[in-house]
Amino acid sequence: MTYMIKGNTGDWEVVMGLEIHAQVSSNAKLFSGAATTFGADPNEQVSLVDAAMPGMLPVVNKECVRQGVRTGLAMGCEINLKSVFARKNYFYADLPQGYQISQFEEPIVKRGKVTIDLEDGSTKEIGVERLHLEQDAGKSIHDQHPTQSYIDLNRSGVCLMEIVSDPDMRSPEEAAAYVSKIRSIVRCIGSCDGNMAEGSMRADVNVSVRKPGDEYGTRCEIKNLNSLRFMKQAIEFEAKRQVQILEEGGSIDQETRLFDTAKGITRSMRSKEDAHDYRYFPDPDLLPVILEQAWVDELAADLPELPDVKKNRFISDFGLPAYDAGVLTAETENSAYYEQAVDAGGDPKLTANWVISELFGRLNKADMSITDSPVTPENLGQLVGLIKDDTISGKIAKDVFDDMFSTGKMAKDIVEEKGLKQITDTGAIEAIIDDLIANNPGQVEQYRGGNEKLIGWFVGQTMKASQGKANPGVVNKILKEKLAG
Amino acid sequence: MTKLTGLTIAQAREGLKNKEFSAVELATEYNAAVEAARPLNAFITETPEKALEMAKASDDRIAKGEAGIMEGIPLGIKDLFCTEDVLTTAASHILDGFKPQYESTVTTNLWKSGATMLGKLNLDQFAMGSANITSFYGDVINPWKREGDNTDLVPGGSSGGSSAAVAAHAVAAATGTDTGGSIRQPAALTGTVGIKPTYGRCSRWGIVAFASSLDQAGPMTRDVRDASIMLEAMAGYDPKDATSVNVPVPNYEASLENGVKGLRIGIPKEYRVDGMPAEIEKLWQQGIEWLKAAGAEIVDVSLPHTKYALPAYYIVAPAEASSNLSRYDGVRYGLRVCDEGDSLDDMYEKTRAAGFGDEVKRRVMIGAYVLSAGYYDAYYLKAQKVRTRIAEDFNNAWKSCDVLLTPSTPSAAFAKGENSDPLSMYLNDVFTVTANLAGLPGISVPAGLDSNGLPLGLQLVGKPFDEETVLRTAFALEQAAGFEAKPQFMAG
Repeated sequence: MTYMIKGNTGDWEVVMGLEIHAQVSSNAKLFSGAATTFGADPNEQVSLVDAAMPGMLPVVNKECVRQGVRTGLAMGCEINLKSVFARKNYFYADLPQGYQISQFEEPIVKRGKVTIDLEDGSTKEIGVERLHLEQDAGKSIHDQHPTQSYIDLNRSGVCLMEIVSDPDMRSPEEAAAYVSKIRSIVRCIGSCDGNMAEGSMRADVNVSVRKPGDEYGTRCEIKNLNSLRFMKQAIEFEAKRQVQILEEGGSIDQETRLFDTAKGITRSMRSKEDAHDYRYFPDPDLLPVILEQAWVDELAADLPELPDVKKNRFISDFGLPAYDAGVLTAETENSAYYEQAVDAGGDPKLTANWVISELFGRLNKADMSITDSPVTPENLGQLVGLIKDDTISGKIAKDVFDDMFSTGKMAKDIVEEKGLKQITDTGAIEAIIDDLIANNPGQVEQYRGGNEKLIGWFVGQTMKASQGKANPGVVNKILKEKLAG
Repeated sequence: MTKLTGLTIAQAREGLKNKEFSAVELATEYNAAVEAARPLNAFITETPEKALEMAKASDDRIAKGEAGIMEGIPLGIKDLFCTEDVLTTAASHILDGFKPQYESTVTTNLWKSGATMLGKLNLDQFAMGSANITSFYGDVINPWKREGDNTDLVPGGSSGGSSAAVAAHAVAAATGTDTGGSIRQPAALTGTVGIKPTYGRCSRWGIVAFASSLDQAGPMTRDVRDASIMLEAMAGYDPKDATSVNVPVPNYEASLENGVKGLRIGIPKEYRVDGMPAEIEKLWQQGIEWLKAAGAEIVDVSLPHTKYALPAYYIVAPAEASSNLSRYDGVRYGLRVCDEGDSLDDMYEKTRAAGFGDEVKRRVMIGAYVLSAGYYDAYYLKAQKVRTRIAEDFNNAWKSCDVLLTPSTPSAAFAKGENSDPLSMYLNDVFTVTANLAGLPGISVPAGLDSNGLPLGLQLVGKPFDEETVLRTAFALEQAAGFEAKPQFMAG
C-alpha cells in the first residue's frame, strides 16, 4: 500500500525523517540537581545553574548518560565510548545561558535501526542516524501580561534525548508507527515515560516530496508535534502544500514551520535566511564523556526484553498473528497484562482476542489505561478458562465480561450468581430436543426430506429454550443424531 | 610598634597566635588602610563591617584554639568572585546591583581557613585587559611611580586592584584570577608575588567566567611564603566544577626551604623576543646566575611553538568569552535597558550596548567571528591544534628540566596611553599565555628595578600540579633577589 499525493502532473512520493525529543526519566536535570517533576509551579524547580547565574558550572548527571546509552542499545545502535558536549549558541529569553548544551560532532550514540509495525501486518526498517543528549530550554509565556512575556525555567536544563532518523518514512502512517515504536522502546526500558501530552516526547518532522525515483526534494521542518494525530495531519497538509507549489512551477523554501492545530495548517516560523549560526564549539566547562566498554556491556546485558524480541516470542510461542503480537507488545503494560492473563487462562490465542478486541475496546471507550483496568489479568484469564472448558459459551462470556468490567467481580462468581453455566449435560439437552422434535413434526419432516438448512432453526430453538446456556457443539451433535431418526 | 599592615601573612599569623594583637585590631588597621588607599581606586566595594565581624569570629576561634591556616588574615577579593550578599560586578555595568545568593568555592575555602574580607577589588572589565583601564568603575592607579616623575602608571591587569592593594599594603593579600597572565603580569608591575596554579587546582565555581578552559584563581601576596600559605587555603577538588582535579593539596610552605640544589632550570630560547628591553634580558640573566649559585643546574630548552601562543590565545579566549557572556542579557539579573514596547531583540541590544565596555565588546565580536560557520576551522580549530602543540613543547621540555625561568613581562609598568592600543596591550601577555594554554602553574616573583625605579618580575613555570617545585624555586629566587623596595604610595 503505497502512499502517494495525487497531483495534476502525476503521483508524488512523500519523504519524511524525524527528530524525536524524549525527556529522560531522571530525578534531576542533565547538569544540575534541580528536580524534574511535571506540573510544578513556575520557576519552582530551578537551580542556580539552570538560571545561568554568573560563575555557575554544569556537571553531568550520570543517570542521564546511563539512560542515553541504554536507549541507544535498545535501538540496536553503536555506542560512542567518547562523546563531547558542545554549546549551541543563540539568544532567547527562555535560554538562560545564551547557549544550549548539546552534542554536535560527537554524539553518545550513532547508527542503528528500528523495525516499525504497519497495520497490514507488514514491517519496515527505519534507520536511526544518532541519539544525543541535550538540555531543554525554559518556556516563554506570552498571555499573562499585555506587553510583557513571562519566563518559566522549570524545564530549563531538563535532559532530552534527541533521536534522529534517516529519511526512511514514506507515509504519515509510517511516521506515526515510527514514533510509536520509539515510544514503545523507551517506555519498555524506562528511559522516558513517553508522555506526549505532557511534552515528555515530541517530534520534529522533516517533510519533502518528489516524483518516485527522483532525488530528494527540498525539505521543511515541522516543529514540536506532540500527538500522533496532529503529526499525521501536519504531514498530510504539508505534503499537499509542497505538491501544489511545485506543480504551480514554484520551489520549496527550506524553512522551519509550525503546525496550527486549530486550523490544521502549517505556517512558516523562520526561513533559512533567518537561520541562526549556532557557533557550535565543545563546552569548555565539561570534559568529554568517556565510557568503558565493560560498563556498556553491563547495561546491554541488563536491558529488559525489548518489544521486538517479545513480539517474535509471542508469534512463535503463542502462535499469534504478527499484528496481534505487535499490538500486545507495543506497551510493556499490555504485554505484562497479556502474559499474566495467559498464565491464568491457558489459551494464548483466545486470550489475545479477548485482550485486544474486548478489553482494549472497553478501556478506550471508558478512557482508561490498562493499569486502571477493573478486570485484572487473572480475572480475564479465568473467563478464558471458563470458555475453554465449556463452562460458558463465547456469547454468554461477553455478557459476563460486561459485568466484570463494571463491577470488577470475578468471572466465576458472576457465572455462579447468575446461573450462566453452559448446559453440557446431554440428558438435559436431549430432553429439550426431544420436546422440540415432538412439537414440530412439520419441520422435522422438511429436514428429513432434504432441507438441511433447517438445522439452524433447530439449533436456534434449542438455544432459546436453554436460555442460551446450552453448549452449541453438543446441541449440534445431538440434533443431527436425533433428526437423522 | 610596627604597623600591623606592614606584616606579611606569616608574620601576622605569628602575632595573632602569640596574642600580640587581635584579629579585630588587625582588621581595624586594615579598614583604615583601605580608606587611605582610595586614591588608587583599587576597591569597587569596601566591606569594613564585614571585616570586623569576621575578625571577631576569628578571635573567638583563636581563643578556642581552633585557628585555621589563614585565621584573621584580612584579604581583598577580586570582584570576579561571587560573594554572598555582597555586590559582585566583574567591573562591568551589566552586573549592576548584582548580589549573589552564593559564595564562590575559593572564597568559601578562604573563609573556612579563617581569612576575613576587606572588600571587593577592581579589575579590568570581565578580566579583559592588562592595565586595569577597562573597568566600569574607573582605572586603578599603580602605587609605584617612576623616579622623579609623577605620571600615574597602570598596575597591570586584569587583577590590577589586587596588585595595587597588595603593593600599597591596603590588604594583607588578595585573590586574583589568571586567564592569560592576569595574576602574574600585575604582580610583576607592582613588585608583588602572584601565582597561577595548575588548571583544575582551584575550583572555578562561583567565579564569573571569562574563558573557561584558561581561567584559574590564585593568590597575590607580598612574598612567596604568603603565596604558599594562601594557595593551600584556596585550592582543592570541587565536585561542582567538572574541570577541577581530584589530587591532594600539599602543605606548600613546608617545602619552601628545601632549596634548589640539583634542580634543573630550563631556559627557553624562544622567550628572547624581538625588541625586548636590555634591562629585562639582564634581569633574566641575573635570575639564571642566582639559581645557579643556589645549586641549580641550568638547561637550555626549546619551546618551538611559543610564537603561535599569543595569536592562539586571542582566538580561544574571546571565543569562549563570547559564549560565556551571552548570559548577560537583561532577562534575569543585572542591568536591563528596555523601553515600553521594545522587542526582545531591542532589549538585548540596548542592554548589552550599555552594559559592556569597548574591550568586552571587541572580544565578544572577535569570539563570535572565530566560531562562526565557515571560519571555525581556520581559527578556533587551528588555535586548539596550536594549543596541543604548545602543551607538547612543554612535555618535551620536562624531559630535561624541572621548572622554567623566563621574564614575567616585556616591560615595567607603563602609563595609560603608552602602548595601550588594543594590539600592543595584547603583547603584555606574551610570556604568560603559554602557561594558560598548557594549563601549567606559573609564578611571578619581584626580582629587581628598572632604570626608572619600577619593579620587574621573573616568571617560573612548572609541571602540572607541581606548584611545590615552582614555589620552592620562587623562594630561592626571592632570597637571592632580596627585593625590599616599596612603592611611593603606601596605604598602610
